[in-house]
Amino acid sequence: MVPEPALPDPPLLQAMRRRWMGLLARADAATIAARLAEAPALPPHIRLRGPETGLVMTRGRQGGDGAPFNLGEMTVTRCSVRLEDGTVGHAYVAGRDARQAELAAVLDAALQDPDRRPALLAAVIEPLAAAEAARTAREAAKAAATRVEFFTMATMR
Amino acid sequence: MTPLDSMPLTPGFADPVADAQSCFRALLEAMARPGRVQRLAALPEAPAPLSPAAAAALLTMADAETPVWTDAGPAAEAWLRFHAGCPLVARPGEAAFLLASGPMPPLAALAAGTEEEPHRSATLVLQVAALEEEEAWRLSGPGIENSHPLRVEGLPDSFLPDWAANATRFPRGVDLVLCAGPRLVALPRTTRIEEAG
Amino acid sequence: MAYVAVKGGERAIEAAHAWLAEERRGDPALPELSLDQIEAQLGLAVDRVMAEGACHDRGLAALAIKQARGDLIEAAFLLRAYRTTLPRFGASLPLETDAMRIRRRISATYKELPGGQVLGPTFDYTHRLLDFALAAEGGTPPPAPEAEAAPAVMPRVTGLLAQEGLMAPEASSEAEPCDLTREPLAFPAERPLRLQALARGDEGFLLSLGYSTQRGYGNAHPFVGEIRMGAVMVEFEPPELGFAIELGEITVTECQMVNQFAGTKTEPPQFTRGYGLVFGHGERKAMAMALVDRALRAPELGEPVEAPAQDQEFVLYHCDNVEATGFVEHLKLPHYVDFQSELEKIRLLRREASGE
Repeated sequence: MVPEPALPDPPLLQAMRRRWMGLLARADAATIAARLAEAPALPPHIRLRGPETGLVMTRGRQGGDGAPFNLGEMTVTRCSVRLEDGTVGHAYVAGRDARQAELAAVLDAALQDPDRRPALLAAVIEPLAAAEAARTAREAAKAAATRVEFFTMATMR
Repeated sequence: MTPLDSMPLTPGFADPVADAQSCFRALLEAMARPGRVQRLAALPEAPAPLSPAAAAALLTMADAETPVWTDAGPAAEAWLRFHAGCPLVARPGEAAFLLASGPMPPLAALAAGTEEEPHRSATLVLQVAALEEEEAWRLSGPGIENSHPLRVEGLPDSFLPDWAANATRFPRGVDLVLCAGPRLVALPRTTRIEEAG
Repeated sequence: MAYVAVKGGERAIEAAHAWLAEERRGDPALPELSLDQIEAQLGLAVDRVMAEGACHDRGLAALAIKQARGDLIEAAFLLRAYRTTLPRFGASLPLETDAMRIRRRISATYKELPGGQVLGPTFDYTHRLLDFALAAEGGTPPPAPEAEAAPAVMPRVTGLLAQEGLMAPEASSEAEPCDLTREPLAFPAERPLRLQALARGDEGFLLSLGYSTQRGYGNAHPFVGEIRMGAVMVEFEPPELGFAIELGEITVTECQMVNQFAGTKTEPPQFTRGYGLVFGHGERKAMAMALVDRALRAPELGEPVEAPAQDQEFVLYHCDNVEATGFVEHLKLPHYVDFQSELEKIRLLRREASGE
């Protein structure tokens, strides 16, 4: 048996993984690679599965909040890798970018290591989060500029 | 054993598309020519107790839409779920594919399809001790010109009567893939078996 | 119907395809369209192809449009064909459209509502005058104005009505929905299956059907409770992880049509919903879908089924443009034997009529 690696509280690790996996899924390969250029080298890995492209059926809800229905599929690329210490990393990313999926899977594995985590968070994940926040803020500001301000002359009922 | 080898997850097919295609071709050949032993060229790194041929057959046939039943234990279950993406079911009767490494599940308890849709039946992948094209059984039926010899080691005594009962339900029924090491043989529901000699 | 295998014509076909490729490229002195250009500058065509191709991938949709020379039904067909080559990893968690990052959100039923009316990038209020500045290579427009964004919670209008008990609640079942791409259509079709068919249905067909319900074929009195368009997160729970992760964001358009319902012996008068949801920015499609969804609910609401839009078999069997184009266009395939027998029949009838 392999001794369990020292991990933080599982729900906390899960929440952290959810966050970085989501950010990596929404970034493209070139952006991730550019961030990695300023990070410590990633550990070697073997591919367990993929990268391979397939489909996920997206679902909506009838009336927005009722029973689920199948809306249509989307392309998704996934990859799973294993590091030399046995840590397994996974990625599922929208689209067909195999390089993005593999980088995201290796990063997911490396980020699970508490020793590697701080440097990778600082060099890769936090800048991705900051860029995304700036992007969404700009879009929200543009939407806000199209919000209608009504000048009511008299209340009519 | 190094830590790497003891990790539960091992890779599947080295080349998932090409290897699954060649295995599919072998399975087609096996189904079309019952009793002929097919030797699989590309085999995955499957965890014990999965035989390489049985593991390859499952990777080839099972996917997210085919419920699978297996008795091969947690490592095999995790491996199948990961590489084939198949849901695992607890009751043999609910499975589209079954992978038995221990005692053979009773054929009568497996999905046999309906008269309208006989293809909605189970395929049982059964690991056996040995497979040889030797005159212990004489097979006949579609895909066999006259008769074909086969010797299987490791089947229960009740196998032949159970197989005969399976044939009486035609067009319903269960199909069988027997696996030993890297080799496999198919027995579709239409194949009749007589003991030789 | 009988078809005959006909051999020959390979050279003619090759030459036709070569000519097609040449026509597709057009004048080689002009710069070639890139997929990025199609994705960025013909975004609504991309959205329509993804919706009707029932496959969300902007790059593939752009490629399909380029290959189809801008024929959007042909492009949807190409996308549908491509998706059959890919394995399916599973199904997402249902999209949470109430958590949408809103780019557009309007209501025709309430002027002032929490979160406000957000127009977003819309054709509404444009004068529909051709803009010849664009013909003269319009250049880059100035950046759109920005304003301080409220941390807007945008509750659904249907939720506001529901709080007062005036909106019929939706069935809250979590049952696995039927999937058209796996099981053939069977009637009567449940609402989740109908919504899947409408979401991938032809925009023009649904638009005309929706229009017919407003003009008296189906007795509808709809209001746009809300249209919202923006980015929603797609979440998926891989079995090997045991928790849901985000695959990415996609843009969708949602329409809630609010309709009067007279009530029955057991149910009080209240409003009911017609629902539309499509990939991309597809407002006309979402609205048409919502009208037709509501019309198709007639039997469950005890209303008479009298109009085409209320007839499940009529709507669901004919709304798919890939199926429709396949059956209509097959008429141009060789029917030589069929037609030969028709010819002989007509000649026989004429001989009999003229008393020979």
